Amino acid sequence: MSRANPGVAGSTGRAGSTGRADIAVELQGITKRFGDLVANDHVDFDVRRGEVHALLGENGAGKTTLMRILYGLTAPDEGEIRIDGRPVTVRSPKDAIAAGIGIVTQHFSLVRPMTVAENLALGRTGGFRLDLERTRRQVAGASERFGIRVDPAAIVGELSIGEQQRVEILKALARDCRVLILDEPTAVLVPQEVEALFMTLRRLVADGLAVVFISHKLGEVRAISDRVSVLRRGAMVGTVPGSTDERELARMMVGRPTFGVARSEPTGGEAEVLLRVSGLRAAGRHGLPALHDVTFEIRRGEILGVAGVSGNGQTELVEVLSGMRHPAAGSITVDGTELAGATPTAMMAAGVGRIPEDRHASLVADLSVADNLVLERLDDFTTRTGLDERRIREHATMLIERFDIRARPEDRVTTLSGGNIQKVLLARVLSRQPKVIVVAQPTRGLDIGATEYVRGELLARRAAGAAVLLVSEDLDELLALADRLIVLYEGRIVGEIPAADADPERLGILMSGRGRAA
Amino acid sequence: MPALVVIAVCLTLTLTAGPILLAGANPLDAYGEYLVVPLTSRYTFLEVLVASTPLLFTGAAVGIAFRAGYWNIGAEGQLLLGAVAAAGIGQVVGELPPLVTLPLMVAGGAVAGAGWALVPALLRVRFRIDEVVTTLLLNPVALLFVNGLLQGPWRDPVSGFPESPRIAAGAELPQLVERSRLHGGFVLAILIIVAAWYVLARTPAGLRLRAAGLSPHAARFAGIDVPRTLLRAALVSGAIAGIAGMSEVAGIQYRLTGGLSAGYGYTGIVVATLGALSMPGVMLAALFLGDLTVGASSAGRALAIPSQLGAVVQGTLLLVTIGLLAVRRNRLSRAVEPAAGEVAVAAEQVTGEELPAAATAIEEAGELEVDGWPEKDRPDPTGESGRPPAAGESNR
Repeated sequence: MSRANPGVAGSTGRAGSTGRADIAVELQGITKRFGDLVANDHVDFDVRRGEVHALLGENGAGKTTLMRILYGLTAPDEGEIRIDGRPVTVRSPKDAIAAGIGIVTQHFSLVRPMTVAENLALGRTGGFRLDLERTRRQVAGASERFGIRVDPAAIVGELSIGEQQRVEILKALARDCRVLILDEPTAVLVPQEVEALFMTLRRLVADGLAVVFISHKLGEVRAISDRVSVLRRGAMVGTVPGSTDERELARMMVGRPTFGVARSEPTGGEAEVLLRVSGLRAAGRHGLPALHDVTFEIRRGEILGVAGVSGNGQTELVEVLSGMRHPAAGSITVDGTELAGATPTAMMAAGVGRIPEDRHASLVADLSVADNLVLERLDDFTTRTGLDERRIREHATMLIERFDIRARPEDRVTTLSGGNIQKVLLARVLSRQPKVIVVAQPTRGLDIGATEYVRGELLARRAAGAAVLLVSEDLDELLALADRLIVLYEGRIVGEIPAADADPERLGILMSGRGRAA
Repeated sequence: MPALVVIAVCLTLTLTAGPILLAGANPLDAYGEYLVVPLTSRYTFLEVLVASTPLLFTGAAVGIAFRAGYWNIGAEGQLLLGAVAAAGIGQVVGELPPLVTLPLMVAGGAVAGAGWALVPALLRVRFRIDEVVTTLLLNPVALLFVNGLLQGPWRDPVSGFPESPRIAAGAELPQLVERSRLHGGFVLAILIIVAAWYVLARTPAGLRLRAAGLSPHAARFAGIDVPRTLLRAALVSGAIAGIAGMSEVAGIQYRLTGGLSAGYGYTGIVVATLGALSMPGVMLAALFLGDLTVGASSAGRALAIPSQLGAVVQGTLLLVTIGLLAVRRNRLSRAVEPAAGEVAVAAEQVTGEELPAAATAIEEAGELEVDGWPEKDRPDPTGESGRPPAAGESNR
């Protein structure tokens, strides 16, 4: 059972030297479509031995799809993969592993009740007898050689997340991996663990390993990468040196806003405050703090835009305001009613309309359009004997007409297009005349017609006096719709600007977290 | 529910031809005995209805729970507890009129069944302890309880057999047809199925239950109290299973016996699945399996083959049905790439009824993959923020 030592393979390819001979993996002209959505549009990407090449992009920019293709989890529609200069077909992860490609995702594939050594032995093939003692010695050896400190006898479930990640990396290396893909490796780590991970990576890279580092966190990308490639909406924007400043990276990531979209008229100054959030704190998915002392107000007839690189607390903010996540501290008042920690029902009753980014998960996809439209307020559609089918149908027909939904009332939501699904959600929320609307990524993945429609509806609600919190990664959208912008960075509001004064330069600085002192 | 069930039945008959041949019979003759012969005489036809009665109850019980996304595998134990309660009440009521006694026994059976379902349901809702395991493990416990009663305090003092004393005459369910065992439990079962159908399809509570089963996250988002919905579904399911036990005691055995249930609670899972979790489907499936049960015992005599072959056919039918649902889902998900919920969809296209959640469990695996690597950018479907990434969520 031989174990490749990246040091041997890469001894000629120290970081800094370039040239085609060093290219470990090359992706050329990769295109992948999912229905109408182009996830990867003729993307070229390569990674050399002895470098960290970051793949940067917003959620949905196509980073993950690209790496899934490389790892054999998704078949590309077009394009070629070359490993060590030879074209290969990667049909499955097995092919990828055989070709020396390893991957570590946020979701570890470790058996928690087993020891580190046992987990590593699991990934092995060949041989009949399981010699755990030998595996243990090999793990210890590899651990020593790669400088990844792990106790082979430790139970995986008892290790910290950072240590588990190290086991994953060790597992990939133990499979002779020469190209290591790390998918958002820092998302689950605390800062000290991030530093430890970077030290490990630097050592491995110095030994000739090629690393693909997927992230949307600019600071980390700069800290670890030799080169950075930026994907936006499935297309490769460009590849720049790792030393490129964060502002420039942010601009590549979100795109230069095209001005000229009709900016809405500012509303008359001192309307009453409808939504007041103060001192809000909340934990995120992994239990790490995601929101710190978030405080803002939105007035009647105002759209407050929330800008920021994704993963900086936007999702948690929307979840808390939707009643789907319990805040750790702070206050949320809608028109004077305290709502921190309220249930979705209480939020709705207080007049909060909620349109979260994951619209598919917010509707029951296998129920009909008509049922989904009344699901929040079944009591209004009930007679003494049961559901008032006739009124549910009339209600659906009316909203389908009013919101231009291309569907029949009895169609299941899952059969609709993305734009129509969003319109169903929009219809359900807006038909209740909410005082406050919390909306995230309202036009992501929609075609131009549906995008225009959704934006028009939001502006109409604003004109009708609603207070709107608009979270978007699309700067065009924020600048076109919002009256004011706040910028979230690492769960804090790091800046607030009237939309009229916002420009990409300034937003870029704030979004990269460097405007905090200013 | 034509296509899928027809395919399932045909496949099952093909697969079970082997064992029947081995037993020394012509498979076609055997199927004739299993499915057709029971319907040809008055006595056996009524026996089919008798055999279907407990399955109508347990099929409905399991169907309701599964529809809510609560995997109640404990109908067997809940049925036994219902039977204990009914036998207990039946022994003590004495000379009370049936109009008082029977409703009392139905209520007693329902409460006992629901009570047996309560603890696993609470464990699931409060502590997320898998109800499949807990409900399943309570079944043998219930059987031990029954046997304990029969060996001890309830042993028939007259015969000395491990059977309870006979229940009072007024506690017996009325006979429906002369010279047959068909009893009032059959009518009660049909009434419950119709009521369950109405509640599921036509009431806000039913819509909430279906929504919670199809997409707990979306249901919670729409303000539905999902844990409470699950708890209720579990209790209703247990209550109906408990009434099945009451019906067997008061309609067939007239006493509590150790062999009261021939696995009716487990067969209820077959019935519910085969019926695509819709109440009309459950009704047909229960009658079909009742037919098979009666046929299997008469085929044993007519063709000299083991009557257990009937159980083989039943088991094969369950596996084939589940297999077909999974295949269906796979084919669809390949056609339409980001795919979640196809099983239910597939089943729905087949049944024309709404949404059997038969395979929400299977479907979850697909849901994780909707955009890229699992669920990282998606709101936590459970709303639990502190859950560590579990080992089972690997992405290969």
